[in-house]
Amino acid sequence: MPLEIESRTSIESEEGLPVEELVVNVGPSHPSTHGVGRVVVHLDGEIVVRADPVIGYLHRGIEKMAENRTYLQVVPLTDRLDYVGSMYANWAYCRAVERLADIRVPERAEYLRVIVCELQRIASHMMGVGASAADTGAFTMFIYAFDVRERVIELFETLCGARLTYNYVRPGGVSQDAPEGWTDDVLAFCAAMPEQLSEMDTLFFGNTIARGRLKGIGVLSAEDAVSWGASGPTARASGVNWDLRKHDPYSVYPRMEFDVVVGERGDAYDRGRVKLLECYESASIIVQAISQMTRGAYKADGLQRLITPPAGDAYDHIESARGSLGVYLVSDGSPRPYRMKVRSPAFCNLSLLPMLAVGHTLSDLVVILGSLDPVFGEIDR
Amino acid sequence: MSGFVWGLVVGLASGLVIAVAALIGVWAERKIAARIQMRYGPQEAGPAGLLQTLADTIKLVLKEDITPTQADVRVFRVAPFLVFVPIAASLAVVPFAAGWAPFNIASGALFFLAVPSLSVVGVLLAGWSSRNTYASIGGVRGAAQMVSYELPRTLTVLSLCVLAGTVSTVGIHDAFRWWWLPLNIVGFLVYFISSLAELNRGPFDLPEAESELVAGYFADYSGIRWAIFMMAEYGGIVAASLFGAALFFGGGLGLPGVFGALAFMAIAGFIAIAMIWVKWTFPRMRSDQLMNLAWKVLTPMALVQLLIAGVVAAWL
Amino acid sequence: MNYEDLKSRLTQLSPKLSPLFSQEFGDAVIGVERGALMATARELADIGFDRLGMVTAVDRGAYFVVVYRLHSRSLSTAVFLKTRAPRDEPVVDSVCAVWPAANWHEREVFDLFGITFTGHPDLRRILLPEHWVGHPLRKDYEDEHIIRRPDYI
Repeated sequence: MPLEIESRTSIESEEGLPVEELVVNVGPSHPSTHGVGRVVVHLDGEIVVRADPVIGYLHRGIEKMAENRTYLQVVPLTDRLDYVGSMYANWAYCRAVERLADIRVPERAEYLRVIVCELQRIASHMMGVGASAADTGAFTMFIYAFDVRERVIELFETLCGARLTYNYVRPGGVSQDAPEGWTDDVLAFCAAMPEQLSEMDTLFFGNTIARGRLKGIGVLSAEDAVSWGASGPTARASGVNWDLRKHDPYSVYPRMEFDVVVGERGDAYDRGRVKLLECYESASIIVQAISQMTRGAYKADGLQRLITPPAGDAYDHIESARGSLGVYLVSDGSPRPYRMKVRSPAFCNLSLLPMLAVGHTLSDLVVILGSLDPVFGEIDR
Repeated sequence: MSGFVWGLVVGLASGLVIAVAALIGVWAERKIAARIQMRYGPQEAGPAGLLQTLADTIKLVLKEDITPTQADVRVFRVAPFLVFVPIAASLAVVPFAAGWAPFNIASGALFFLAVPSLSVVGVLLAGWSSRNTYASIGGVRGAAQMVSYELPRTLTVLSLCVLAGTVSTVGIHDAFRWWWLPLNIVGFLVYFISSLAELNRGPFDLPEAESELVAGYFADYSGIRWAIFMMAEYGGIVAASLFGAALFFGGGLGLPGVFGALAFMAIAGFIAIAMIWVKWTFPRMRSDQLMNLAWKVLTPMALVQLLIAGVVAAWL
Repeated sequence: MNYEDLKSRLTQLSPKLSPLFSQEFGDAVIGVERGALMATARELADIGFDRLGMVTAVDRGAYFVVVYRLHSRSLSTAVFLKTRAPRDEPVVDSVCAVWPAANWHEREVFDLFGITFTGHPDLRRILLPEHWVGHPLRKDYEDEHIIRRPDYI
């Protein structure tokens, strides 16, 4: 049965002339939809009357595949969920496994995980801010953001050999220790980055045209953010002061000092700006982590390759660049997960789109979609 | 030489000028955009990538000529030329030297302002005949934008006509005084912004918004037909720069002989580079913000400029 | 809030519902019958569990377990809410009225498991195309495209 799009409704204009809504298909193959996602938009002239996201173009059945793989074999699958942020996708899954199997992670591994996750957060935010700038037509900002992201990816390549899907954070620790001098490179990056960020801030967020495009667009109230399950920069931009690293701390985050960046109005401008400002905080966390990190084991001692947790279920979550990324694992005592469910923050954030887009123009819809920062690998799984 | 033959010569020459301008313009745009974005741009084809546009043109010529089955075929094929030809024609009244323009007509400024606005029809028809939602949205946006920005541009050129006491472009060029520069600075700014909007360039490229509408009104054009739209755009940049330099800066700022010609080229070149620079720095304006700018900001500024020019002209 | 406090508070507030409390891997679990789901959901939302993290299901053969993850910022705690639906009648009440976030999550559970949520405003497939037959995450789902990996590692 083909997909049935709601038939065009007639809107009576004032002179009694019948007028139809225009149904426009944005995507799935479209330069601005951050991946493969489709939005069926009903327009009254230029104003959006209804926006209906259609997802599933990147559905690969990762949750089903996980049922037929061992716990260690599932880690590369998690890389491909949020492919813009493989490190923290790996980490969320590994935390769930460690909770289930009661594996204690050594301290150096925790610090490495924190460093790598914060670097990944910077890279992901650069992608998010850059892509939403490209939506408004500021290609130069996109390239500048990708320059910062390129530095991070080069650091990751030195660390684990891959540029996009790292398979680095494993249950029990990390796959390999940081090479000699890697932390010096990271510190050099953290020292150089704030200047680039402030240049980008002035170039894009300080620009009158960009402000006109982003301010007041897609305003999300704090109550709606909480009741619709939004998390991460999307919720924090609306004034919801909730960051898992501070309010439900895990790993070695309790030892770090950093601020939670909270916005005020909850419009697209605030969402973008919160992402940019969080990068400064991430740099500070990385510097603290490197200074606190000591030599030691990078992997849990005596861990079997074939992890066989006792029967039961566990849920664990981390603060990813998009929000609260959680993994729910059900074990039946065998070396394979019985059920793996990924709670994807981008999925929940995207469900806000129908509510946020109504009343704006088509150009604004694109801007709102960009500001919600969808990554369809995570949404569709 | 009879008028008809001279007209043919000028027509062919301006077509050639536009083609060359497009070639150099595309190269310049790609190099400037690249340098702004901390990268190199075309390097391989020819020295410093100069032959890149030629390579692209050859590729475009070799492409299959696709016409959408649902499109209105005759209008679809004519539309690119309706955009290109008026802009090429407008070069005929640009005063390239003191007292000389290819066509020195008494209403030169009016010709320059009126004839390129025929390309609005081309834009509308291109969008409409493609029978494609995105293209029609792009065409309608483009038409609204181009028509709105006619007004501030016309008013600023009118203020120059008032100062010079003539509507002929050659007359304005020859009547240039050095103190016109600071006097007309507001007018020049309005002219620059309005020209960007007329050409669907820079912060005003909503009709061809690549990231939203996937090239808007020329979405269904491929190969050499698309190249004609591009030639029209770069030709328009060249025409607007030459015209702006000729009128607002008196061609070569009144410098004699070779220096004048060089200064003219330099000023026109700088205006063109500024148009490219602005495009790669600013994000795109939304359609209602764009209209706002035209009607509520630029038109009053142009009127103020006209008032100043009128007062000064009357006082002299 | 630790497990004992949470359990006593919930028992105080809704003695007639008598949900099952347990603790697994550090997480508090509240188990209810299908019929008591909406009432329990409303109670929990009133207490302070204002954020629904996810809705998912597990295929246990004879029945499906529908799992809700609830967070409370004010109480600084999180719980599982679990209910069961028999395989031959996979129907559960929708909690969209309590937590609007459940909208897309329930669509996904419907899509992948075939569990119908009564009262859902727009129950249709979300990840798979409209014409898809079957519910892939069920354990008995068969499809010629599935490649079984060998059992030896």
